[in-house]
Amino acid sequence: MNQPLDNPSGQVVPAIRVRHVTKTFGGVTALDDVSFEVLPGEVHCLAGENGCGKSTIIKIITGVYQPDAGAEIEIFGQKLSAITPTISRKLGIDVIWQDLALFPLMSVAENIAFEGMLGNVPRIARHATLRKKAAEVLTRLGVDLDLEAPLHTLSVAERQIVAVGRALVGDARLVFMDEPTASLTQSETEKLLAIVAKLSSEGVAVVFVSHRLAEVLKISSRVTVLRDGRLVGVYDTDGMTQSHLTELMTGHTFDSVVAAQDRSKAPVVLQVKNLTREGEFNNIDLTVRQGEVVGITGLIGAGRTELGHALFGMTKPGSGEIILNGAPVRFRSNRDAINSGVAYVSEDRLTLGLVQPQSIADNIVLPVLDSILDRFGLISSSKKDKTVRSWIDDLAVKIGEPTDPVTTLSGGNQQRIVLAKWLATKPKLLILDAPTVGVDVGARAGIFEIVRKLADQGLAILMISDEIPEAYFNSDRVIHMAGGEFIGEYDPRSTTISEIEGAVFA
Amino acid sequence: MRNFFRNNPTEAILLVVLAIVCVGLSIGTDQFLTLVNLANLLNASAINIIFAVGLVVVLIAGGIDISFAVAASVVQYVTVYALGYIGGGNWFWGFMIAGSLGIGLGLINAFLIHYFRIISIVVTIATFNAFFGLLMFITSGRYLYNLPDWWTTRIILVEHQTTSGQWAELTAPVAVMLIASFATWFLIRFTTTGRQLYAFGDNPEGARRVGINIAAMQAIAFGWAGMMAGIAGLMQVNFVQEVVPNALIGRELDVLAAVVLGGARLGGGRGSVIGCILGVMLIAIIQNGLNLLGISPFAFKMIVGAFILAAISLSNMSFSSLSFARKGRV
Repeated sequence: MNQPLDNPSGQVVPAIRVRHVTKTFGGVTALDDVSFEVLPGEVHCLAGENGCGKSTIIKIITGVYQPDAGAEIEIFGQKLSAITPTISRKLGIDVIWQDLALFPLMSVAENIAFEGMLGNVPRIARHATLRKKAAEVLTRLGVDLDLEAPLHTLSVAERQIVAVGRALVGDARLVFMDEPTASLTQSETEKLLAIVAKLSSEGVAVVFVSHRLAEVLKISSRVTVLRDGRLVGVYDTDGMTQSHLTELMTGHTFDSVVAAQDRSKAPVVLQVKNLTREGEFNNIDLTVRQGEVVGITGLIGAGRTELGHALFGMTKPGSGEIILNGAPVRFRSNRDAINSGVAYVSEDRLTLGLVQPQSIADNIVLPVLDSILDRFGLISSSKKDKTVRSWIDDLAVKIGEPTDPVTTLSGGNQQRIVLAKWLATKPKLLILDAPTVGVDVGARAGIFEIVRKLADQGLAILMISDEIPEAYFNSDRVIHMAGGEFIGEYDPRSTTISEIEGAVFA
Repeated sequence: MRNFFRNNPTEAILLVVLAIVCVGLSIGTDQFLTLVNLANLLNASAINIIFAVGLVVVLIAGGIDISFAVAASVVQYVTVYALGYIGGGNWFWGFMIAGSLGIGLGLINAFLIHYFRIISIVVTIATFNAFFGLLMFITSGRYLYNLPDWWTTRIILVEHQTTSGQWAELTAPVAVMLIASFATWFLIRFTTTGRQLYAFGDNPEGARRVGINIAAMQAIAFGWAGMMAGIAGLMQVNFVQEVVPNALIGRELDVLAAVVLGGARLGGGRGSVIGCILGVMLIAIIQNGLNLLGISPFAFKMIVGAFILAAISLSNMSFSSLSFARKGRV
């Protein structure tokens, strides 16, 4: 069924058609001969894993980057030799970035119709015209917002709508939406999708960038899949299944081996009873045994990360018990948690996990500075070298010198450094939160190899992931979390991946 | 009015506090609520308000300026020599020369900030030192008394003899302050450029993406602050009738405190002319009141400090919701 479509557009003039786009940064090829086409009024999805080239192609179409020689670009039938951001906007192309680029302190009206304020020559700001424009756009979208309210008083979903409104004020005929639903709740997502459908019915093409596959399949008519900077194909969403799409995106074939083993005889490392934190998670019961990898999956906003933070002492649970190695613990801070043998590798590796400008060695020893002191209480460089060397060898990190800044490393190797940093604390429980975000496909396998090796050495591992295949193939048990509660538990050896996906995306 | 309270919470609180302080002082002392005292307060605060409405534009655009008061001193000296060169000049030339010199000094800040991507506090601390050092070096700290007559003559706009026989007078700096305030209010509130300045201070990356000219924003903000500093310098000479190289040093922090008290946000995107006026006036009135109440002048800075802390804590609390970017995914 889902064969790539050859010329689906027929006689219609596409909103955009780019062919043979290649883009290299230094020696790295971000896009390799990619073609991409969107029809007017179409809801199209650009799918692919992080780092597959999705944002690069958006940046080329919007003129932020110039493609390498040989690319053909055609926008609404007009052949262009070069695009600049100004040309792109003039032609009616607009991008709603994930961070929205809105002005939190300004009013809703000004945020929507800020275009009327642009220009280098000062003019009288016509607030009335601006409000009228903003009101028209909101009516068109069928939403009701207080035009005078400062933006920061709005919910994330409402801000998202304001961003859509801004694109429409500029008479956009093609709107890119970069992960628009990433921080929305289910009902907010529904509302946004309704707006997208409405835009489409008015002839505005919408290109959705999202890795939430349920949505992708529901809303879009076609999907372009990229993997590692290459075009995998363009597919009709009719008859496409989530697992097939995942396979196209990741290139993981589904005869991947389920790594799960029975660890029910092993001693319990972490036991959580009835843990609740108001507004985040409720009545969590959880057991993680020595050598066991427990995966927690579910949609964003399910409370997974919040649970991780509570187990690591970053937040205080309201009620319930955390029992570590048989003894109840109450962490006052994450310092307590580290001392008790809990390590946490954060979701946001770049901002939270590493001190970017510092050297690889300094990053690794950061949580264990106490253990590398000499008898005068100063940092012993020989002890430091020994610690650093042993972890780099153990985790097979490819580095130049330990003194190089961590910014010189690739995503996968940075993730290994974060692991090394926490393993240096000799933890008993390792919490991994979205361990492969921003890590390319090839490096993922390497990271899971390490995870498995660590488990075999007796570490208890709690792995939080919103990528179901990741949790399915690499955990001994998979727990489904939604709305702050555990609502299902699966043994990968006796469950198919589609059963779990069905439950999560239901 | 309801919108004023919702959109300007700090200014609204300040207005209430100012009213309470005024009522208290009117009851507690018999000299506060006299025309003579109020006129003197206004005359003495006019210069700081001119500085403040310049500075607030920089704060709105997300910057900070430490150098403007010293820049005003530089402007005073250069204006004296420039006026001498053109044979004395008049008010028109005074404004032209002081205003342009101020803009020039402001543009130096804007240039360094924009082209070398140095944060404004670092740049303006550097220019503060450079301007002041250069001024002291070249003038050897000499005072100038030999100034054109038009410059040092007090111009009385309104006068009124009270029953006690004293004269309540409003002088030229008050008129200039009103014009400067009105011009700034018009700029930031009613022009597209003003709205771009707010947007730039609010979210610089968003402003860049939406197509605002960033270099122009820095130039306008610091140019405006420089121009106001130049004009304030000109009027300060009219007020004190002499040019002293270190007369204005230290003013930058007083004015900055008043502007922040008036609701401007360090970090950009917020600030208003009415807030500047209220901030400067509140500090002036507190000082005036403490004098009238016979409280030690040494307590003054301490009390102003407490007011600033209270104001900033209040405005920070109301902006705790600003951290929305991370709300969804802690």
